[in-house]
Amino acid sequence: MPEHILLRHRDLPGLERLEVYRKHGGFEALRQAISTQTPAQVIDVVKASGLRGRGGAGFPTGVKWSFLTPNVFPRYVVANADESEPGTFKDREILERNPFQFLEGVAICAYAAQANLAYVYCRGEFWDLARVLEGKIAELRAAGLLGKKLFGSDYALDIQVHLGAGAYICGEETALLESLEGKLGQPRLRPPFPAAEGLYGKPTVINNVETLANLPPILARGAAWYRGIGTEKSPGPKVFCLSGHIARPGNYELPLGTTFRELIFTHGGGMPGGRRLKAIMPAGASSSILAASDAVLDTPMDYESVAAIGSALGSASLILMDETVDMAWVARKTTEFFKHESCGKCTPCREGTYWMLHLTERLTGGAARPEDTALLESVARGMQGKCLCALGEFSTMPVATALERFGADFPAATGGAA
Amino acid sequence: MLADKHRAEIEAILAKYPPEHRRSAAMPLLYLAQQEYGHVTQDALQEVADLIGADRTQVGSLVGFYTLYHDQPGGMYRLQICTDLPCALRGAETFAEKLCENLGVRLGETTPDGMITVEGVMCLAGCDRAPMFQVQGADGIHYHEDQSVESAMKVIDDLRRKASHA
Repeated sequence: MPEHILLRHRDLPGLERLEVYRKHGGFEALRQAISTQTPAQVIDVVKASGLRGRGGAGFPTGVKWSFLTPNVFPRYVVANADESEPGTFKDREILERNPFQFLEGVAICAYAAQANLAYVYCRGEFWDLARVLEGKIAELRAAGLLGKKLFGSDYALDIQVHLGAGAYICGEETALLESLEGKLGQPRLRPPFPAAEGLYGKPTVINNVETLANLPPILARGAAWYRGIGTEKSPGPKVFCLSGHIARPGNYELPLGTTFRELIFTHGGGMPGGRRLKAIMPAGASSSILAASDAVLDTPMDYESVAAIGSALGSASLILMDETVDMAWVARKTTEFFKHESCGKCTPCREGTYWMLHLTERLTGGAARPEDTALLESVARGMQGKCLCALGEFSTMPVATALERFGADFPAATGGAA
Repeated sequence: MLADKHRAEIEAILAKYPPEHRRSAAMPLLYLAQQEYGHVTQDALQEVADLIGADRTQVGSLVGFYTLYHDQPGGMYRLQICTDLPCALRGAETFAEKLCENLGVRLGETTPDGMITVEGVMCLAGCDRAPMFQVQGADGIHYHEDQSVESAMKVIDDLRRKASHA
């Protein structure tokens, strides 16, 4: 890509400083929105851009905003900076290096939602980063870019940072709201959705950090420009994370629809040590595991195409594994994660992850019983469609697809005892 | 008492949330209590509960739920190594094992001088710079990335030196 739109700091040194960000057009999009557009017009632009939520679900952002219950106030905006999906570290780079583009995005979202208070929910481990962000927000208040009567209008906005304390589930938006209210981070039953009853029971918009960072360029350069990047149904740039077995791990900003091959081999430098790529998890630990093949590598990474080959793009956090990796071990590792992070509220997830962990430990620890592989599959399939939130569902995906697509890596499958 | 010693900070925390929703301040106040006492004591639970008008059991449940709160004393610093899948693919499990060997502890244990508790933790959003860990102490949480056993031992030496000067 000729220029970075989200990781713009890579082209513009010092962009984390307010004067540098403003020198390069920073806060012009917000000024124009507040001075010349109604909130409804801002929502229309975002809808027209086709921007889809970058947290993983890929839901159209403008449409999500339009679900806000009319005429109910106060409203809130919450930025989801609880980045915790194994393999994902894109929001962190945006927050660390391009914080003002993110904060301008929060302000644009808040104006569109007619919210006067926004919270940034940072995962607790981002302790240092949260302090930095608080400093940046203080600079915005001092510069009159937050506060009362913004740009001479009657619109007022403040942003506060709230620190989580180590719970993956708080990335789920209703669990995040519970946590922000000072409660256990356990998902709510939906409906009502947050757009109707969110923070403190009021209409609330929750968007991912990367989603929000897309807003200033969309407003500054227009929906038609934005749609010129990416694919028809998945427009715009995306920050892809590469981790695991890869020569050059890190974040890569590329148009949605870039192929796996281009990302992994051209940008990421391919497999270290000349080994063969065996498997790809495109959505972090929450992935259906793809067996690497030419057909997979030539698939464009947009929401529809990755779904069509039996996985999901999600947060576009690719965990790559070479031919030395045992997929039964991978199933154990992801299950350890989900079992630890299950909030315990619903039975299928709480009990299911517990039993999947026992079984994957037996299967990888040399103590497998002949029926264990079939039993693991039965537990995973039995959980599907029954959990309160996506965490439980996601926990089954690497397990079910490891069994289905890499059966030879499981003891009973090779022994034929089951 | 937190309320006496940290009045200004407590008021700044409470001011972040609408006055009728003081309970939202529970988590930042628990961090404050933990920094003050080293871990969240039974008395601290009551102090936090009183500050936000909640029950002690409600506040206590947060300590059990969220991994960055501790209701038991540990080392002066908690060295928390990510051993999740992406880090494990880059050698984090071997790193954790060797570091533990060097320190003469197992995961979850504290060094005999009471300085360092080594823990294995879940993803810290530093997968591209594994092996990596964070250090949680009275001064917050700080990341250390692209680590080797040698560089980690140096971090630990620095922590020990810092503590002996404190």
